[in-house]
Amino acid sequence: MRLLPKEVESLWTLFTAPTIWAAHFLACYAAVAIYCEKAGAEDFTFAELRLALVLITILALAGIVLSAWLAWRQWGFGSGDPPHHAPTREDRLLFQGFATLLLSGLSFVAVLFVAVPLVVIEACQP
Amino acid sequence: MTEVAIRELSPEDFEAQERELREVWRTPSGWRYWTSVNNTQIGLWYGAAAFTFMLFAGLLALLVRVQLAVPENDFLSADVFNQAFTLHGTVMMFLFAVPIFEAVAIYLLPSMLGARELPFPRLSAFGFWSFAIGGVFVCGSIFFGAAPNTGWFMYPPLATDKEYSGIGADIWLLGLSFIEVASIAAAVELIVGIMKCRAPGMRINMMPLFAWYLLIVAGMILFAFPPLIAGDILFEMERMFDWPFFDAERGGDPLLWQHLFWIFGHPEVYIIFLPAIAIMAMIVPTFAQRPIVGYSWIVLAAVGTGFLSFGLWVHHMFTTGLPQISLAFFSAASEAVAIPTGVQIFVFIATLLAGRVIFSVPMLFGAGGLAIFVIGGLTGVMVALVPFDWQAHDTYFVVAHLHYVLIGGMLFPVVAGIYYYYPLIDARRLSDRLGKIAFWLMFTGFNVAFFPMHLSGLRGMPRRVFTYPAEIGWDWFNLVSTVGAFIFAAGVAVVVIDVVRPKHRQPKQEMNPWNAGTLEWISEPEEAWGVRSIPIIKSRYPIWDQPGLLEDIKAGRYYLPDAQDGARETLVTSVLDARPVQCLRVGGTSILTMVAACSLGGVFVALTFHWWIATLVCALLTLAAIITWLWTGTAEIPRSDMRDIGLGKTLPLYNSGPQSVGWWGMFITMAGDSTAYASLMFGYFFYWTIHDDFTAGHSGPGIAWPLLAVVLFVLAWLVMLLARRANAADHPGPMRAALMVSAFLTVGGCMAGLAGPHLNPMDPTTHVYPAIVWVVAIWTVVHGAVAIIMQLYCLARSVAGRMSARHDMDLQNVVLYWHFFVITAITSFGVLGLFPAVR
Repeated sequence: MRLLPKEVESLWTLFTAPTIWAAHFLACYAAVAIYCEKAGAEDFTFAELRLALVLITILALAGIVLSAWLAWRQWGFGSGDPPHHAPTREDRLLFQGFATLLLSGLSFVAVLFVAVPLVVIEACQP
Repeated sequence: MTEVAIRELSPEDFEAQERELREVWRTPSGWRYWTSVNNTQIGLWYGAAAFTFMLFAGLLALLVRVQLAVPENDFLSADVFNQAFTLHGTVMMFLFAVPIFEAVAIYLLPSMLGARELPFPRLSAFGFWSFAIGGVFVCGSIFFGAAPNTGWFMYPPLATDKEYSGIGADIWLLGLSFIEVASIAAAVELIVGIMKCRAPGMRINMMPLFAWYLLIVAGMILFAFPPLIAGDILFEMERMFDWPFFDAERGGDPLLWQHLFWIFGHPEVYIIFLPAIAIMAMIVPTFAQRPIVGYSWIVLAAVGTGFLSFGLWVHHMFTTGLPQISLAFFSAASEAVAIPTGVQIFVFIATLLAGRVIFSVPMLFGAGGLAIFVIGGLTGVMVALVPFDWQAHDTYFVVAHLHYVLIGGMLFPVVAGIYYYYPLIDARRLSDRLGKIAFWLMFTGFNVAFFPMHLSGLRGMPRRVFTYPAEIGWDWFNLVSTVGAFIFAAGVAVVVIDVVRPKHRQPKQEMNPWNAGTLEWISEPEEAWGVRSIPIIKSRYPIWDQPGLLEDIKAGRYYLPDAQDGARETLVTSVLDARPVQCLRVGGTSILTMVAACSLGGVFVALTFHWWIATLVCALLTLAAIITWLWTGTAEIPRSDMRDIGLGKTLPLYNSGPQSVGWWGMFITMAGDSTAYASLMFGYFFYWTIHDDFTAGHSGPGIAWPLLAVVLFVLAWLVMLLARRANAADHPGPMRAALMVSAFLTVGGCMAGLAGPHLNPMDPTTHVYPAIVWVVAIWTVVHGAVAIIMQLYCLARSVAGRMSARHDMDLQNVVLYWHFFVITAITSFGVLGLFPAVR
């Protein structure tokens, strides 16, 4: 059994990391919005909810790192520098790998940004 | 791509080819000119119409500025003032900023991609006519004193108050819903065009950056516009039938509208900004005379901005009392989006530094626009901070911010684009002298008009007040702003004069006067065929890097140099590597698109005035026009299966399923449709979160009827799969039987779906719970009705001999629709039936 998926040729791999960002963002927003509206109805505390969301954040970051690693592999572990503009399949693959790697970086930072409120805000309405 | 010997044509053959092509792509003359569907005409009309609407909205802004020039002014009454600023915002956003990008894209993309046409030219025409009719309807209302007057974002309860808002709110809701149809049509067209219709060899690492941006923007439209359509439906149901979606007294909540509006409204800012920056990404390399530095970084920026822009909507709602931790999420995302936005600016600066810059009018507008945009971006970072926003919210500071962003990020680059691309339309350049005058008037006028608004805003001047007292300290700022607005308007007037002044004494110039490197400069203004032959692309800047390309294209040495069967044709290529896979026949000149748009417009206009019979008649006309359009113009079975496209290559003329552009069109349309549906379901759960008991003791649809509906719809879907299998095995009899059985099951499903709320009497005017249940049920049943029409259509096609085992595009697309529909049906009736019991 292989641990990492084989290389796939698809346009959609480009969007993996930003999609993880979107899912993480939605999870944080929806969980907090529902908890704060229904405050008192659940049998867990806000601190526990924050902890759960921090765990989800770690999962999301791990997913992005995985996507970045796959992209790095597709980019030949940095073996060739951009601009990757030759009319060949190889350059097209390198371009996809590099662009995906860049997007993974941006998504990683964006997930961290969104996670900051989880660390510093301790209640719905402090 | 393998090299093939390029063959030389005899002069007679060459001329015969040109005659054929010219005949096939001929623009109709006389009144029939308006039935043209060619991308160059549609793009030009689209652009001209959007620009006219812009000038109209600009005049409204001048009226607003005159009224505010001095304190306690009575130039406009409060009511006219409200109509003027509402219409100004609405028209600028919906009738100029978004459509102008559709116009530029429809005009430029085919030649930029090396294609003859986009895959659905009639859809573009339909979109344009929908836009034009809707736009005239919305703009015209002010001459009858009936324009919307509650601000461009239509907040309830002000906008649901019929006494205050009159018919204006209906005109806004219905007129703009109609225009949103046009935008979604454009999105479908652009996505399929960019993914499937690029010239052979134009792999995705070689796509012009404009195409990358447009691909992302079209995708954003698909997820941003449908929530507004869902909101419009709820809003109109409240205004027409008193269903209390936004009425707090009966369980509704005005905040739901704000959510739905801004889930649309914030991505929209980027939907406006990215195409304009895309124009800059074409202009900058030309005037630096070198390839862009950091192509992949631009792709990062486009995709990154596209995603992050969906996590910003609540920053328009910081003062609505949402939990602060929620606000903080959106504040964080709003700061994060500054990263990809900044990357683009740095890429442009790097390209200019690395090249040898030629100063020109397009560069002037581009650079000036970016400077303005950067200021707007920085104030954006300020208002993205919650505590600052609490101070600045709803003041002129925000007015200044949004104009810096939109005028710097969109209007200036668009004017740069007009100066840059004008030679493609007319083979002549616009005047350098007038361009410079226009730029300096616009640049200084803009800053004089809008910079003081930061200060008046910080001094507390609220948006949308029609006048203000003298001693409060806002007078000078406002007077200066008004003077600036007129200087700015003078600059715009110079641009208009430059564009419309007669130029026949000016000699025609060579193609590509700026020595640009990208493919759009191969198109010949005199010819309607787009490209003489479809080239093989080997570079990001083919005109710079492929010597002799222009001559070879013009000599018809590449693909599709002729028009054998008298049909308009272009190539379909694979998504990643642009290998040719099909020769696509596209629709030609037709009046059907105009008829369909006019009758659909009739539906919306009649609804505004509650003329029910006229609504019904127009709806039936629309249906008839669309079915005629589909029947006569799509999925046609070609006389021969294959087509010799030249250079020793032969391609199929007919593809179905995921191989065909029609299947992709359906897939993308349904992705948008699903987003609208998801927004309605968001509404359902939104009401659940805000109430302890969201049914408020009202009876629900029960469990039995909704679950019966689920069962019937799932059975109908399974039978559709059987129909597809029977057709693939070439058994038309069982296939037709399956279609009929499935249609009956669908009728049953629809009836069971409506029976729940109907038999457990749920009165939608009493409370929001029955209202939202009815809306979800009706949405699903209407989709069921469309499914039945599709099934009967396939049946008729099969009986008429227009569908077979090999030629099964219709059935494939309908089954794809069913995949989406069955998910909708299971979710709708599953949730309506089970959620009240399990929550």
